[in-house]
Amino acid sequence: MIFWRAIAAAILLVTAPALLAGEIPPDARRSGYSFMGPDTRAMQDDDTSNPGMLFVLDGEALWSKKTGDAGKACADCHGDARSGMKGVAARYPAFDKALARPVTLDQRINLCRANHQQATPLPYESRDLLALSAYVAHQSRGISIAAGDDPQLKPFVDQGRDLFMQREGQLNLACTNCHDDNFDKRLAGAPITQAQPTGYPLYRLEWQTLGSIERRLRSCMSGVRAQAYDYGSPELVALELYLMSRARGLPMETPAVRP
Amino acid sequence: MVRSPVHIAALIAASLACSAHADELVPYTIVGDSIPQSLTGAPGDAARGRALVLARTTTCILCHSGPFPETRFQGDLAPDLTGAGNRWSASQLRLRLVDASRFNAETIMPSYYRNDGLVRVGRNFAGKPILSAAEIEDIVAFLATLRD
Repeated sequence: MIFWRAIAAAILLVTAPALLAGEIPPDARRSGYSFMGPDTRAMQDDDTSNPGMLFVLDGEALWSKKTGDAGKACADCHGDARSGMKGVAARYPAFDKALARPVTLDQRINLCRANHQQATPLPYESRDLLALSAYVAHQSRGISIAAGDDPQLKPFVDQGRDLFMQREGQLNLACTNCHDDNFDKRLAGAPITQAQPTGYPLYRLEWQTLGSIERRLRSCMSGVRAQAYDYGSPELVALELYLMSRARGLPMETPAVRP
Repeated sequence: MVRSPVHIAALIAASLACSAHADELVPYTIVGDSIPQSLTGAPGDAARGRALVLARTTTCILCHSGPFPETRFQGDLAPDLTGAGNRWSASQLRLRLVDASRFNAETIMPSYYRNDGLVRVGRNFAGKPILSAAEIEDIVAFLATLRD
């Protein structure tokens, strides 16, 4: 009996996705929402008080607005986003066959603009790109994150994990030092979260605006006094991909509100 | 006045030497778990050290808490500094500030007096230690006063 149990346990160990030392087990993963105070939670929960919803509304208008030399709107190809875009953001970043690398939702929007609308790319963190991104991601609210499944993504997920574990900057700290090993403790009085990217783009009270995960990553990098990677760089995309695959199963919250 | 090329080269060399010197760390000697000698050759100023510990730019208070009733935003990632002067001598505190990784390679406490072997250091910080020798001495002097 014990023998068979040992074999069963061994099989489980072999078949379960390998967790590296320090990584958070799936059933212990928590959204940043659970680290916030009641006021900020209430602000996110009520669409009439969630400032991110203003961007979602802007994005809805942009979705059906014709743009570029092709004179096409997103809706002309994709139809109603409420059905067509449901669950899409929960699978991003996704592998792009033509580019042979993962692309973020922001990059997908700009690829669509270039290839199908013949429009100029929207700059990173511009109001229109955040609004479109928020509108598309909002269609996945409540849907479980399922990014990183495509086997072609594996080397990029691994690259993101390596970057997450890499100490950097003058303070010589890695993401994992805080967000795997010390979440729930306080850094200068503020709770440290697990860095689960469930609600991007999200409204950060500190920023007084909506922002992307890349902005958040760059801000942490500056915090450890490292040279932040550029917007859209392969490193930031890999980190976003790793974080989304690490948040597997957590529901999307876009637009989240965070302190 | 026209300066000779040699003169100009000497000026450039001198200024390069100066800027290189600014980034050079004072050599220190470790004895056991301590650095017995002051990095500046003089004792630090405890009052200045207290102000430095409380300044967010030194990063101490982001992780540590301590007997600082006027500061609400303290961290709890690292031990409370209360009684640090009972637990460690000034010489021991000095090495802990200079290079805490010497005691635990996995520690999250940065090495405050180190400027090499780091990855992707931001432009404004490249080649510089987190704290100067004088700042370390001031903080050591203050921490040594933290006795219960």
